Amino acid sequence: MKAFDETDDPYGPPVVHFENVGVRYGMGPEVLRDVTFSIEPRSFQFLTGPSGAGKTTLLRLMLMSVRATRGLVTLFGREVSRIGGDELTRVRRRMGVVFQDFRLLDHLTVYENVALPLRVQGRLEDSYRGEVVELLRWVGLGERMHALPPVLSGGEKQRAAIARALIVRPELLLADEPTGNVDPNLARRLLRLFIELNRLGTSVVIATHDLSLMDQVEARRLVLAEGHLLIDD
Amino acid sequence: MIDPVDRIPSERGHEAAPPLSPHLKRDAPLVPIDSAAGRSLMAVIAILTFLAALCAGGAALVANASTQWRSSIAREVTIQIRPSAGRDGDALVAQAAEIARMSPGVAGVEPYTREQSARLLEPWIGSGAGLLDLPIPRIVAVTLAEDARADTEALRRRIVAEVPGATLDDHALWLRRLSSMANTVVGVGIGLVLLVLLATGLAVAFATRGAMAGNKEIVDVLHLVGGDDAFIAREFQIRFLRLGLKGGALGCAAALAFIALAGLAAGSLRASPAGDQIEALFGAFDMGLGDYVLILLVGLVVAAVTAVVSRVTVRRYLADLR
Repeated sequence: MKAFDETDDPYGPPVVHFENVGVRYGMGPEVLRDVTFSIEPRSFQFLTGPSGAGKTTLLRLMLMSVRATRGLVTLFGREVSRIGGDELTRVRRRMGVVFQDFRLLDHLTVYENVALPLRVQGRLEDSYRGEVVELLRWVGLGERMHALPPVLSGGEKQRAAIARALIVRPELLLADEPTGNVDPNLARRLLRLFIELNRLGTSVVIATHDLSLMDQVEARRLVLAEGHLLIDD
Repeated sequence: MIDPVDRIPSERGHEAAPPLSPHLKRDAPLVPIDSAAGRSLMAVIAILTFLAALCAGGAALVANASTQWRSSIAREVTIQIRPSAGRDGDALVAQAAEIARMSPGVAGVEPYTREQSARLLEPWIGSGAGLLDLPIPRIVAVTLAEDARADTEALRRRIVAEVPGATLDDHALWLRRLSSMANTVVGVGIGLVLLVLLATGLAVAFATRGAMAGNKEIVDVLHLVGGDDAFIAREFQIRFLRLGLKGGALGCAAALAFIALAGLAAGSLRASPAGDQIEALFGAFDMGLGDYVLILLVGLVVAAVTAVVSRVTVRRYLADLR
């Protein structure tokens, strides 16, 4: 049997690989059951399913903020149970994430929130300032970069959260309902942004239950229902 | 086909970027510092620093005063001549004074007259007791030179051998008692400073855990955007170091102001019996540069304890989270 880093795939091993993964919270029922799938490098997919189907849990497994109660989870060729300490940080720096509830820091300006992933890497502000401002202008927040999140609209928070995920050019982008709070026009524009990011080499997983959004792109769909995963290629 | 305007900014080539705002806010603390809990902790640190600085300052004053007592007592010895029937007290006093004057390292000799010796007893016996009619011991006060080393033991041997009924007291017993008392006071002061530092450390540890719990959302986000434990611990440490420095500075300033006021109050009482007692214990509130540095050092140590304890607490908390 081949190890994941010995694959014949020209792009290398899968970015994410799940094998018979199950998750339960405490003594409750399993919210994910026997989930098996892979996310290949440079791939684009939607993760969909009804509310409560486990989309967010699946994303949190990939973020390593939840551990599988059974099965095997591999990220960038490394088994998650063997990742700890500094390596956990290194793996997370290869990912960008857009949370459903944005998770912007309320006491920091939009600019500071978007620059946060670069700042935690120890980069000097002068080295990324122009880059952050340009991205903010591009997502339409050029005039709002001094604002604090509590005064932003839902759509503005959404765009700030997306900009924060994109600023590090992640190898894997995980977005939880990234267009849930924006108008259809902006949703289309943001989707094109994700496609462009994918074209540049980022693997993209967009969790959504917005069928009209998914219909705009020919992409693989990972469908979660009652804890099981079906793959629609 | 993707519209070029939708491309990620830095992929659009070398287009001229619009000018940046000069007022762009940057590098704000990642952990909010102006919370009510932060101000309360700063007040606690200020009070503890004040107490620690007072203990350190008090111990330094007592140590200085004790050095003054010891040097003045150590430079005096007393010859006492017991009265006995058939001996001429005045002649014996003169003989003892002469022996003392001839000894090396003696700066001055003051033989007490019978009247002066009687006055020494008045505080205990009263002035109307006809002391001059009683056989009272006679005293010769001998002052030793500061720069010469006097051989008090040789002087003692000569006095005892040549002057009948004479003894020499070099106050060694008093010196030992004063030294042990002063050392005890200084030791208690140091112990209190250490206890206050311990209390500061515990207060900061509890406050840090509270701050971590209160900022759990921020910690989660920092982790998820790629912040490592060292970075997060540093952010909290900076926050607590600032609180510690502010609290330490306030406490030190209050302690210095208190000592200055106490010195003024003691100065105004100097001519009174109460003032004499205060001066006897603490000296003339004579703070040297070293004592001021000591008090400032207490403030810096409090700030350092705050920073170190908060860092260790944060690292443990983050390790527990994993």
